[in-house]
Amino acid sequence: MANLGIDVLFKGTNFLRLLQGLWVSVEISLVSVAISIILGLLVGVLMTLNKLWLKAILKIYLEIVRIMPQMVLLFIVYFGTTRVFGWDITAEAAAIFVFSFWGVAEMGDLVRGSIKSIPKIQFESAYALGMDKKQTYFYIILPQTIRRLIPLSINLITRMIKTTSLVMMIGIVEVLKVAQQIIEANRKASPNAAFGVFAVVFLLYFIVCWPISRLAVYLEKRWA
Amino acid sequence: MRNKLLKRLTSGLLITALTAATFTACGSSDNSAATLDAGTTDSSKETGSAAGFRTLDEIKESGTINIGVFSDKSPFGYVDENGEYAGYDVYFAERIGKDLGVEINYVSTEAANRIEYLQTGKVDIILANFTVTEERAQEVDFALPYMNVALGVVSPSDAVVESLDDIGADDQVIVISGTTAETYLTKNYPDIKLQKYDAYAEAKTAFENGNGVAWANDNTEVIAFSIENEGYTVGIPSLGDNDTIAPAVTKGNETLLTWLNDEITSLGDEQFFHADYEATLLDTYGADYEDTLVVEGGKVQ
Repeated sequence: MANLGIDVLFKGTNFLRLLQGLWVSVEISLVSVAISIILGLLVGVLMTLNKLWLKAILKIYLEIVRIMPQMVLLFIVYFGTTRVFGWDITAEAAAIFVFSFWGVAEMGDLVRGSIKSIPKIQFESAYALGMDKKQTYFYIILPQTIRRLIPLSINLITRMIKTTSLVMMIGIVEVLKVAQQIIEANRKASPNAAFGVFAVVFLLYFIVCWPISRLAVYLEKRWA
Repeated sequence: MRNKLLKRLTSGLLITALTAATFTACGSSDNSAATLDAGTTDSSKETGSAAGFRTLDEIKESGTINIGVFSDKSPFGYVDENGEYAGYDVYFAERIGKDLGVEINYVSTEAANRIEYLQTGKVDIILANFTVTEERAQEVDFALPYMNVALGVVSPSDAVVESLDDIGADDQVIVISGTTAETYLTKNYPDIKLQKYDAYAEAKTAFENGNGVAWANDNTEVIAFSIENEGYTVGIPSLGDNDTIAPAVTKGNETLLTWLNDEITSLGDEQFFHADYEATLLDTYGADYEDTLVVEGGKVQ
């Protein structure tokens, strides 16, 4: 069997560094995902309100997120703000801001879609029972919305976790960057290390993303 | 009706917003350039932070220097198995830290963000295998060079190509698309037939299979290839325009630039970069190319 080069991971502190890199990715994505879920619910509800100016603003926000590649956003927030305003924000803060900015918009749109898909009769029945707008949303609409949201948001969340590999462009050393460092440092000694190391990185991403999708399946069944 | 209006309104707003954003972006970059100019002309003892960089004194005062290096380009800048930065660039960076009497904070940079890091002052020096070009020199200030790069041509040892004029009319030379080697040969030797490959691995396989009489690439690459693979010789170790690799600082950071230039000149007396080569590059490039690659004391021979 050909040498897959997994042994390079056991040299020195390589494997530990890979795990530290994974933690950096997970930390950035978990914070961003938490912010995205909370603010996304709010933005999603705002998107359904019949206020013209609010709709226009949120539409522009969503379009900006859709049009701008995350990489461009990272450069604008990390380097652009220093250039224009002289702010010196840390790379981690910039990354969390960009991923939340993205997550809130997409999450908001998913929430909007889910709320729109709730039949009108649900609103009307709630009002007929004497509930006010707040109660209707809180007790009737949002619980049903959240159930519909689960599969949709899991796609977004796992996508966010994987996209954190872009933060290497603003100097954050995360799991994929560590993997590249390890491969390059051993380029001569084990030229095939790329395969083995990337296979391990794949496994690490899987270990992070899989529990999230299991949790989603569980919640979907439980709340169905 | 209402929906249509809303759609028009939002798309109109979107366009105005985007145009406005573009203009403000241009305007503000002009502004920052203007303030930078004003800062440098107004006060001779300008504080670096206002201009987007730290002066030599400010770096010494803070006790830490930020140096941007590659973390995955062995053997120039990489991270070893103990998580320590190492390589030809890093060896020099360590010396800079020692002679300045400050700690070094290494920042992992990519080829695409090196200029951005300097222009925003997020690093003080870039030491990331940074080739000096005219375009880049307009954006950043290069210090004296510490290494040469040029093109090289490798060929099988039993039929070494020592001059490009030796290449017959039917012979083909292998290049990788988009490299300096391709541009150079197309421009200066239009008669030579090129066999182009997209990736390094493909070009390597094709060359090993004898699809071409020679392989042209950056000389560091072909030298490393000839050392790693038996039966190949670099017939032309240095071809075309000789480019150099140098440290870079933010444009206008005179104090740091002057210090770096003095440092590189004085390090020439102790043959520092030869020692650097022997410590970091010898394994990859061998002793034969030491004088081809190293630039000592900032003076290109």
